[in-house]
Amino acid sequence: MRAFTYERASSVEAAAKAAASNPEAKFIAGGTNLLDLMKLEIETPTHLIDVNDIGLDKIEPTQDGGLRIGALVRNTDLAAHETVRRDYGLLSRALLAGASGQLRNKASTAGNLLQRTRCPYFYDTNQPCNKRQPGSGCSAIGGFSRQHAVIGTSEACIATNPSDMAIAMRALDAVVETVKGDGSRRAIPIADFHRLPGDTPHIETVLEPGEMITAVVLPPPIGGRQIYRKVRDRASYAFALVSVGAVIQSNGTGRIAVGGVAHKPWRVEAAEAELPNGARAAAHVLLADARPTEENRFKVELVERTLAAVVSEARG
Amino acid sequence: MQSPNQLEISRRDLLISSTATVAVTGVAADGAAAQSAGKIMDHTTKVSFTVNGERRDLDLDNRTTLLDALREHLHLTGTKKGCDHGQCGACTVIIDGRRINACLTLAVMHEGDQITTIEGLGEPGNLHPMQAAFIKHDGFQCGYCTPGQICSSVAVLEEIKANIPSHVTGDLTRQAHVTPAEIRERMSGNICRCGAYSNILDAITEVAGTRA
Ligand SMILES: Cc1cc2nc3c(=O)[nH]c(=O)nc-3n(C[C@H](O)[C@H](O)[C@H](O)COP(=O)(O)OP(=O)(O)OC[C@H]3O[C@@H](n4cnc5c(N)ncnc54)[C@H](O)[C@@H]3O)c2cc1C
Ligand code: SF4
Repeated sequence: MRAFTYERASSVEAAAKAAASNPEAKFIAGGTNLLDLMKLEIETPTHLIDVNDIGLDKIEPTQDGGLRIGALVRNTDLAAHETVRRDYGLLSRALLAGASGQLRNKASTAGNLLQRTRCPYFYDTNQPCNKRQPGSGCSAIGGFSRQHAVIGTSEACIATNPSDMAIAMRALDAVVETVKGDGSRRAIPIADFHRLPGDTPHIETVLEPGEMITAVVLPPPIGGRQIYRKVRDRASYAFALVSVGAVIQSNGTGRIAVGGVAHKPWRVEAAEAELPNGARAAAHVLLADARPTEENRFKVELVERTLAAVVSEARG
Repeated sequence: MQSPNQLEISRRDLLISSTATVAVTGVAADGAAAQSAGKIMDHTTKVSFTVNGERRDLDLDNRTTLLDALREHLHLTGTKKGCDHGQCGACTVIIDGRRINACLTLAVMHEGDQITTIEGLGEPGNLHPMQAAFIKHDGFQCGYCTPGQICSSVAVLEEIKANIPSHVTGDLTRQAHVTPAEIRERMSGNICRCGAYSNILDAITEVAGTRA
């Protein structure tokens, strides 16, 4: 790990200001992704701003009947929160399907949204990777790509976003609230938050350098059967090959967001319109533009089957 | 403070003194400090926390993980380093009642925390019930993952009591119960390469039963 200076921020404003004054600084929340990557010198911040103790750990109702989740709320606390379990079961389920008990106790809402890909070439500093080292090439294209994306890919990168929580946030239409170094604030719909790789796979979200997440806001509950189904190589403690987060209403309409297939949570409203016609119809629209590799072609069919299982569970 | 004509001036002292004067040499500028919010910052930080009931004050390189602080600085080598990337659970310790991976957190982030390691749960002659149950049920072979398994097990039973659900909890609006499926799922962050899983499950089940 490279050496760095460290400060415990005393307030949201102080943290944002500190980040703005040093382009090589990073926020540290749970540290479960950042430190992993710093040990491998994939992330090399020269300064860390600890945001754990600045009051961002609360879950509060919003005026319109939604829920404001502080950026530092731990994944365990969010999944166990009474309102989330009752009204946003999809979010609890997605969180509980991710990582391990130990990791969820540290992992934060903001850190989870910003976790980086698990592409093995991104982790292997001996291999070219456009995301780690822009312009060096993509080892996954033509390499081992079983875990990689099948849609929204580019010539530069075919990595997936590994977050389970983000799939639920996308289906629930969450909004990410931020503050910048100059004190200005903005609210970013989750649909616009993560980027596709394009020519710049190292830029993964629309956050500006130094911009800090303060909260993630859920709109009022929408009811329905809320299901998160994650398909993986072991029954627990593994990243998704494919996952489906769904809210299905009793009349057969609903929302679906899919994980493990793209650089961002994959949701297509035209596919949702097909839901009353069945999983197959919906999956066809959802992945109409899929460009899988030889090794991950199976994901296209897996999405359809997983969606079918979810739809039948919702009916049953 | 050191006298001005003392020859052996440490870099740290040089940095401290340079805050009071204008930096007249280039030495301070290429030193180990960074400027932030008007404060001179160092690559080391003071931190105080409590480990197994005892207060500890350390001045650590910021890079030191909690795991390395426990093992290398406090010589509490019960907590093990397996993968050092949060994948195996051998480094599990309990902080303020919650289990975490000590390898993926910085020691300096634990100011004021109450840390319990395997050494704090029990000791020879006065074992924690979970330690005794692991011995009785042969919940290990080589023993390397065992401290992490035991810290995790103790915390798992508390998590169920505290109404924290898991991936296999059927109804999210109800309290989960201690079942083999719940224990297996909740213990999945602790890998045992000897494969003592079924005996570990028996040990935890016994402790859960006797405590109920
Ligand atoms: C072995 C292992 C298995 C895992 N399995 C899964 C899994 O199955 N599913 C899954 O979804 N995840 C999984 N994870 C990933 C885990 O969910 C993430 O590591 C965690 O959510 C990151 O949160 P954190 O608070 O620790 O983030 P950190 O590591 O502290 O930070 C991550 C990034 O977010 C930035 N950041 C943090 N807070 C803020 C803020 N407030 N504003 C702006 N930037 C911020 C940091 O600068 C950093 O770049 C796994 C991790 C490990 C190690
Ligand atoms: S898929 Fe993306 S992250 Fe993986 S090697 Fe290619 S550029 Fe790097």
